[in-house]
Amino acid sequence: MAGKSEGAERKESFITVSGREIERVYGPDAIAELDHAQDLGEPGEYPYTRGIHPTMYRGRLWTMRQFAGFGTAEESNARYRFLLEHGQTGLSVAFDFPTLLGYDSDHPRAEGEVGKLGVAIDTLADMEILFQGIPLDRVSTSMTINAPAAILWAMYVAVGEKQGVPRDRLTGTIQNDILKEYMAQKTFVFPPRPSMRLVTDTFAFGAREVPRWNTISISGYHIREAGATAVQELAFTLANGREYVRAGIEAGLRVDEFAPRLSFFFNSHVDFFEEIAKFRAARRIWARQMREHFGAKDPRSWMLRFHTQTAGCSLTAQQPENNIVRTALEALAAVLGGTQSLHTNSMDEAMALPSEDAVRIALRTQQLIAEESGVVNTVDPLGGSYFVEALTCQLEQEALAYFEKIDRLGGVIPAIEMGFFQREIADAAYRYQRRVEAGELTVVGVNRYTGGPATPIRLLRVGPESQRRQLERLARVRRERDELTVRHALRRVREVARGRENLMYPILEAVQAYATLGEIMGVLREEFGEYREEAIF
Amino acid sequence: MSDIIRVLVAKPGLDSHDRGAKVVARAYRDAGMEVVYTGLHQTPEQVVEAAVQEDVDVVAISILSGAHDVLVPRIVNLLRERGRGDVLVLVGGVVPEEDIPALEQAGVARVFGPGSRLEEIVEFTRRCVRGQG
Repeated sequence: MAGKSEGAERKESFITVSGREIERVYGPDAIAELDHAQDLGEPGEYPYTRGIHPTMYRGRLWTMRQFAGFGTAEESNARYRFLLEHGQTGLSVAFDFPTLLGYDSDHPRAEGEVGKLGVAIDTLADMEILFQGIPLDRVSTSMTINAPAAILWAMYVAVGEKQGVPRDRLTGTIQNDILKEYMAQKTFVFPPRPSMRLVTDTFAFGAREVPRWNTISISGYHIREAGATAVQELAFTLANGREYVRAGIEAGLRVDEFAPRLSFFFNSHVDFFEEIAKFRAARRIWARQMREHFGAKDPRSWMLRFHTQTAGCSLTAQQPENNIVRTALEALAAVLGGTQSLHTNSMDEAMALPSEDAVRIALRTQQLIAEESGVVNTVDPLGGSYFVEALTCQLEQEALAYFEKIDRLGGVIPAIEMGFFQREIADAAYRYQRRVEAGELTVVGVNRYTGGPATPIRLLRVGPESQRRQLERLARVRRERDELTVRHALRRVREVARGRENLMYPILEAVQAYATLGEIMGVLREEFGEYREEAIF
Repeated sequence: MSDIIRVLVAKPGLDSHDRGAKVVARAYRDAGMEVVYTGLHQTPEQVVEAAVQEDVDVVAISILSGAHDVLVPRIVNLLRERGRGDVLVLVGGVVPEEDIPALEQAGVARVFGPGSRLEEIVEFTRRCVRGQG
């Protein structure tokens, strides 16, 4: 069959989804420089390339955590209970755009957006309903919230107290990663510097009051979704991580006091081995940065713990069932890369919020990998692979080169202000799109193997009645609360915002008095100002 | 009148997903058109003000928030009120199939969903504007 052209290949070059050229075969030469003890170590040992636990999934599986939220608190609460009943082991809250940007549901800018892409939260009353019947001492909760993270976290702490759960028993994560907002996700509100102060206030509050909480989830996910390559995602995320560590130290915290509570969040895209290498490289880079650069002594400060979400941007509206397969491959890469928790996207997400049926299949995909595939039976099964180890080293080197470039620009914040990251990401997004259109990259069902019957997909829709119910509740809360206490609490937020005390305490008082998200954010907007970005394309 | 087609790429509402908007903006620019990008978080009023000020032929609205039913008709109506009902209005992003007829009824020339090709968007724009000119 080989015929006369045995050396011939189908294409001139073979590239990853990030445009990285891959060689025909990798052998011992590719990892000649690799020192087993120094660069790999044992699982659970520095520099953690092979994983942060000696037993990995033999000890405990990853947390299956589906990101969900839409409409009102009642609707989302029902979805959370559905997911927990089907074997999900942690919650992950999606907020709507008005909440993400700190507007109440009755703000003119919120019209048409209330409850559309996540749940609408205006006051503690909504949060109480959101977690009704869900014991906060037994379920960990991740909240994708950034600019108003301190406020939503305060609401969660307050709900815990109402349920009788003390602060030191609460477990979960707030995303709270404002730097990547300027780079990619773009739900920023305040300028970078006051934003960083809010972040370090949450670090200090967490260390003192909520010690089992992850006070930040330093996120590459959105950087990747915005169009970045694998190495850009890796480098920019870890560069942000370094920036938060510096900020914490500058705010007077000891590195080992807060670094063990830093967590990460990566994308798992469809290029299988490059993603696995990315996760492994991330652990090694972080461990070395923390120990060698920042002098952390506590091994927990060296360990990069991360959540993974499969790549939303890899999904297609065409032939949506194919998305189940893409997601399975991406989830498998995350597991082989040693993730601590995982969200698998649903097949209908290129079109709308996921329906219950689609979410169930996505969750079953994780359960199938965990319980049927056998990949969990041994730790880091790809460790020592010529290809994976070579790729891991390559990604590490390229990420370090980006660190140098960022340092030369004066650090992450000046580089943001210069539009460095935004331009890098926009360029990569455009390059990718051109490659797809030129047929250099195949997207099944989009630029190859198109056609076939269109599958009717039942979409989840959030109707206007959700918005109406939300507005009614907000009006009722405003009517029934003690106005004097609210005004006093907001005044206290303003005073502390002007000074240097920790903002978490007055914010907690304000939410307990049923001050709205928009009111508290309004005070901070007045004190801190708002950030406007220069639009780069 | 200049031959160069002028396009406003607009991101109305609170939706922050700007990957598509930027890629399309660049494709228009590479095709020799003059492109203004509004940036994020614009009200319909701000979008229309920019369209009038910049004297554009095309407003290409990118929206992935599900608020298209409220925001898009408002932009079209405001354009008419400002005497610019002639502007070609396109929508790109995530819009459920069943919502497209209502948007077209409101005056949107075409909705480009996920997986649309840049060349297709550019060609369609060129054909419509030249056709009117």
